[in-house]
Amino acid sequence: MVSQESAFPAELDEIYQEVILDHYRNPRNKGKLPQADLSSRGFNPFCGDEVVLEMKLSPEGRVETSRFTGQGCSISQASASMLTQLVKRKSLDQAHELSELFRSVMQGHALTGEEAEQVGELEALQGVRKFPIRIKCALLAWATLDDAIKEYKAKR
Amino acid sequence: MDVKKIRQDFPILSRKVYGKPLIYLDNAATSQKPKQVIQALAEVYEKYNSNVHRGVHALSMEATEKYEGAREKIARFIGAPTECMVLVRGTTEGINLVANTWAMSNVKEGDEILLTEMEHHSNLVPWQRVAQAKGAKLRFLQVTEEGTLDLSRLDSVLTKRTKLVAMNHMSNVLGTINPVKEIARKAHAVGALMLVDAAQSVPHLPTDVKDLDCDFLAFSSHKMLGPTGTGGLYVKKAVLETMEPWLRGGDMVREVTLESATWNDLPVRFEAGTPNFADTIALGTAVDYLQSLGMNNVREHEISITRYALGAMKELSEDFHFFGSPDLSKRGGIVSFHSPDLHPHDLGTILDREGIAVRAGHHCAMPLVRGRLGVPATARASFYIYNTEEEVDALAAAMKKALKYFAKAPSGKPRA
Repeated sequence: MVSQESAFPAELDEIYQEVILDHYRNPRNKGKLPQADLSSRGFNPFCGDEVVLEMKLSPEGRVETSRFTGQGCSISQASASMLTQLVKRKSLDQAHELSELFRSVMQGHALTGEEAEQVGELEALQGVRKFPIRIKCALLAWATLDDAIKEYKAKR
Repeated sequence: MDVKKIRQDFPILSRKVYGKPLIYLDNAATSQKPKQVIQALAEVYEKYNSNVHRGVHALSMEATEKYEGAREKIARFIGAPTECMVLVRGTTEGINLVANTWAMSNVKEGDEILLTEMEHHSNLVPWQRVAQAKGAKLRFLQVTEEGTLDLSRLDSVLTKRTKLVAMNHMSNVLGTINPVKEIARKAHAVGALMLVDAAQSVPHLPTDVKDLDCDFLAFSSHKMLGPTGTGGLYVKKAVLETMEPWLRGGDMVREVTLESATWNDLPVRFEAGTPNFADTIALGTAVDYLQSLGMNNVREHEISITRYALGAMKELSEDFHFFGSPDLSKRGGIVSFHSPDLHPHDLGTILDREGIAVRAGHHCAMPLVRGRLGVPATARASFYIYNTEEEVDALAAAMKKALKYFAKAPSGKPRA
């Protein structure tokens, strides 16, 4: 006889922190952005999750507005929602640096105090590291950002 | 069928996952293996490992005899003559073999290949290539809301232009059992051939290629208690005799000069190189195991556990949409579901921590899942001979807990 009456294990609370669920349920900057300067569609073939990222730049080349649409699990969508907030007012190089930093965190890099400030709420996604199969979900939006920057620079 | 006794044959079922008993409900992806099969595999390497069809020594003769004996068993299992039983790496390779040989020689510009919206990528992507290369057209049978084939348009899409009808016998997403026998008859009436992707059906339904009267039928060992990396492609003899070999090399030839070669007998001419004899011999043991249970009993057990599952899930129907036909005579032991509030991958992660293995994703059937079903992914529970009603109860309880867990926790309070 199988009994499954225990509470869920603590690791789940690490992956599904309240801040992640909040971004998933109440995504920031979700929607389309007509006449965007940068746009890219990211797709994870393993699970079918999708993130479409669109950004407008200020005359100085900083991110003025960013919007995302997509569908997928809480981790991929929360990560995209956080991204749109974090890249605001950043130059494309700064946005790419943040993407690199977050990727290294997901691969096991321990944050310094200064870096923790840079990644802000993304820090909550560290719990995903215990679920290796889900790391791709956390990185989907950021890979999409990198693609958008690469395409934009190639066009110029 | 004594499920309790069956479970004792599967060593993996006694393992724990995160300290909880493993509940394995991902059988449509791959099945577990009984100790008889594991032993048969070990025995090849411990007792008579030697290359087949070549040696004059005792070991080679023994290995050849076992390998060809396995071919006979596998052929008999689906009602096929032994000479029509091509041994391949699995369903995908079997379908690709047909696409690269028969189809590349026979499909011409303007011809049509009829598929369905519920195909696995392995019975879709090879035909896309044939159509591109030959200037042929792909047509599709649609899927109803209920998850069965819409046959109302069959007569308008199956015409004199149709060269091949290729479809699954059982959908790996919906569990739908398709009327391949009727469709084969109609295909032949317009001069088309019929290919059956039987990856999901051969392990779960009594299968007889003579009764189905299909021209090609492909299946995989690893979904039917056997090892990975082997499987079968049945081809009707009259068709097989006309087919050019695909892979070329050793063992598939009769005489070779520097300029040319003649082909070996059927079906060996389609099996270049050292065959996967060890896994295939163990597949023969898996076939013995299934036959000792009786495929009718396997089918009965799956109908009963699916009925139980759909009943147990009733109270979840407010939160989850369950796909597939309610008519159990038309579906296998596969249940796919989706909740707008809980992405299948999040559900999969939560169930995993409960020791429950389900599949979450598009199940290599993107056009069906994202198109007709209209969801990015589904979670899928799929049953086999060793699954119990208690395990289904555990799944339903865990799904309920997952919903609760994912529901908004009152702010400031830690989640229970």
